[in-house]
Amino acid sequence: MSQSYDRGLIEDFGRWREFSAGMWAWVLHKFTGWVLVGYLFTHIAVLSTATVDGSTYTTTLQGLEQVLVVRFLEVGLLAVAVFHILNGIRLLFVDLGLGLESQDVAFYAALVLTAAITVASIPTFLGGF
Amino acid sequence: MSTQIPEQETETETETDVEQDPKGRRPPAARGRAGMDQRAEDELSDAEETVDLKVFRYDPEVEGKKEPRFDTFEVPFTKGMTVLDALIFARDHFDSSLTFRHSCRQAICGSDALFINGSQRLGCKTQMADLEWPVRVEPLPHAEVVKDLVVDMEHFYDQMESVEPYFQTDDLPSGELEEQRQDRANREEIKMSTRCIWCGACMSSCNVAAGDNEYLGPAAINKAYRFAMDEREGEDMTEHRLNIIEQEHGVWRCQTQFSCTEVCPKDIPLTEHIQELKREAVKSNLKFW
Repeated sequence: MSQSYDRGLIEDFGRWREFSAGMWAWVLHKFTGWVLVGYLFTHIAVLSTATVDGSTYTTTLQGLEQVLVVRFLEVGLLAVAVFHILNGIRLLFVDLGLGLESQDVAFYAALVLTAAITVASIPTFLGGF
Repeated sequence: MSTQIPEQETETETETDVEQDPKGRRPPAARGRAGMDQRAEDELSDAEETVDLKVFRYDPEVEGKKEPRFDTFEVPFTKGMTVLDALIFARDHFDSSLTFRHSCRQAICGSDALFINGSQRLGCKTQMADLEWPVRVEPLPHAEVVKDLVVDMEHFYDQMESVEPYFQTDDLPSGELEEQRQDRANREEIKMSTRCIWCGACMSSCNVAAGDNEYLGPAAINKAYRFAMDEREGEDMTEHRLNIIEQEHGVWRCQTQFSCTEVCPKDIPLTEHIQELKREAVKSNLKFW
């Protein structure tokens, strides 16, 4: 195990198809975590326009809201944040050792809830464009 | 099963010979390895149903097997057949050089953990009927292959030894002949953790262990749990055990992916045990009284 070792065919199967719920939860949690970190930078950039003056901030935001891509990104951001929060709660229970038998169900529930909230948010984010 | 010693002249036959020459020059009724092909043919034609077994082959010492490849064996399916049964059939009827570990055939020796259809399972505990056909059998991932399905378990055993997997106590009862008893509740607490058979399936499934060689791994931590939670070991001993498992490459490497719990053939709640040790470690460090 300590040496790197070419297993030939054996490492080339695209294991992701064989991941279980817990593994997917981990992958998605990492992914959404990094997306949120990335968003933080753009968030700071936009907010810092307020240091110029109030109207600059307002026009920046209004300008961004005119861009369709931004509207879609907002929906994506909500989805990412909601999943990260819900799975975070699941991990909290895992850390407390509560209900570990149903961790996979909790993951699926988090996915379904994320999807529902995201869909419900579409009129708000994309409406009035 | 043909486990008898083969005749001298067939002994010198190479494995490729047997494969390239399916009918063979030998009399069909010959016993031992010589009649292997004939017997296989008979049994295959008698079978109502056959299943294809794709087996990983590799042997650094044999010229034709240095490049890893898959061999397909057609095996007659019988009711209740396990993956190990199928492998044994393939070895005894097609290719006696097919190498894999097995011993008790009843899921207690822990020898035949294999990577079957993309998951770590015990060959002897996995029914062919429950799997998607053809069945793909590979050696455990994240371990070095010695030959065919045999992997080097040394690293796994090292990790197991490093948590001192044996009972030791500094809390002996006072009387010389007095028994050291464990109460039922405590026994229940550690019951599942005692079931480990050292098969290495969990370690092989663990993404973190694959990337971090020093990580103790689920099996070793479970072993540590078994003794750390045993009330018969004294307080100092428990602290010593917690010191081992809370090191940098101990319990804190676990990222609760649940892969180990998923594959454990003895249904040990490994993640639960690791999480419990994390909490114990924090508790003992936060103790300020």
